[in-house]
Amino acid sequence: MGKRKVQEINASSMADIAFLLLIFFLVTTTMSVDKGLSRRLPPPLPPNMEKPDIDVKKRNIFIVLVNSNNQLLVQGEPLDVKQLKEKAKLFIQNEANDASLPEKVPVEVEFDGIKETVLTTKNHVISLQNDRGTQYQKYIEVQNELVAAYNELRNDMAQARFGMKYDELDEDRQKAIQTVYPQKISEAEPKNYGGKK
Amino acid sequence: MATIRRKGNKEVPAISTASLPDIIFMLLFFFMVSTSMKEVTYKVDIHAPEATELQSLEKKSLVRYVYVGEPKKEFKGKYGSETRIQLDDAFADVSQLEEYVVREREAMNENDQNLLTISIKADRDTKMGIITDIKQALRRAYALKVNYAATKRVEY
Repeated sequence: MGKRKVQEINASSMADIAFLLLIFFLVTTTMSVDKGLSRRLPPPLPPNMEKPDIDVKKRNIFIVLVNSNNQLLVQGEPLDVKQLKEKAKLFIQNEANDASLPEKVPVEVEFDGIKETVLTTKNHVISLQNDRGTQYQKYIEVQNELVAAYNELRNDMAQARFGMKYDELDEDRQKAIQTVYPQKISEAEPKNYGGKK
Repeated sequence: MATIRRKGNKEVPAISTASLPDIIFMLLFFFMVSTSMKEVTYKVDIHAPEATELQSLEKKSLVRYVYVGEPKKEFKGKYGSETRIQLDDAFADVSQLEEYVVREREAMNENDQNLLTISIKADRDTKMGIITDIKQALRRAYALKVNYAATKRVEY
């Protein structure tokens, strides 16, 4: 007998199989990338310990209160969320060295290997307090505005110094800017405001 | 001389479909690479809040999710319409969260353990009370890196 030819496998159903797989993946997967506001929580307090009273000068604290009706009280004054960013920026920057805004402290910063002393408001704290009845969306909005304030300040500085956006800088330069504008958002230990329950 | 073909008996040859599987496979691979598997089936309704200063979560393997919201319609009869927490595939209580985080962290690679990020996916209408409870539980469990899931806001 001569050589028998191996019969070719019919590949026409291959497309159907591939389609099946494709549809399976289309259904079970999601396109969206997870995005969100990244924050760091403070480490837990040791049990049976009173809250340590950290001594912060009054001028260094920026208090943001959100009540259960989603209204803001910033530094004792009611404010709209849209104005919060500007107010926070003024506070963090304290360009005019106002006595009611945080004190300026000289800090040594290394820009590209050259040490410089820059006046910063490194002792400032933004204190965010909210009620248990506050809506989550409002809370995120407030957090967002505060982070935006820092990001804008950092961006401005990056543009002025390096002519680039903050995100595009390398790590050392980002670190340098971070020492000038350290992000200090503190979330208070939960308390009940508003009296209900 | 040029031959003149005879008319008639001239059918359009069938288009070869031999390359069709290749094309489909290409699509398949594209989707496989560009998408991620659904982590779980949601048992709670979540409309993420909106924000602008978003950072994306880089390494999926380092992220664990906590879902917060009202139970979906089909679970309302059993669980009521009170805001609930979902861990993995089941409803849970805040008191279980600490244990869950510790367990998940122990299952992780030792080098990655302190990189564990908890993504809180909460509905925008959730009250802060439950979020605060979650945050306190996370602090106790020493899972300090959190991410509040949000979607990009286009405008005010």
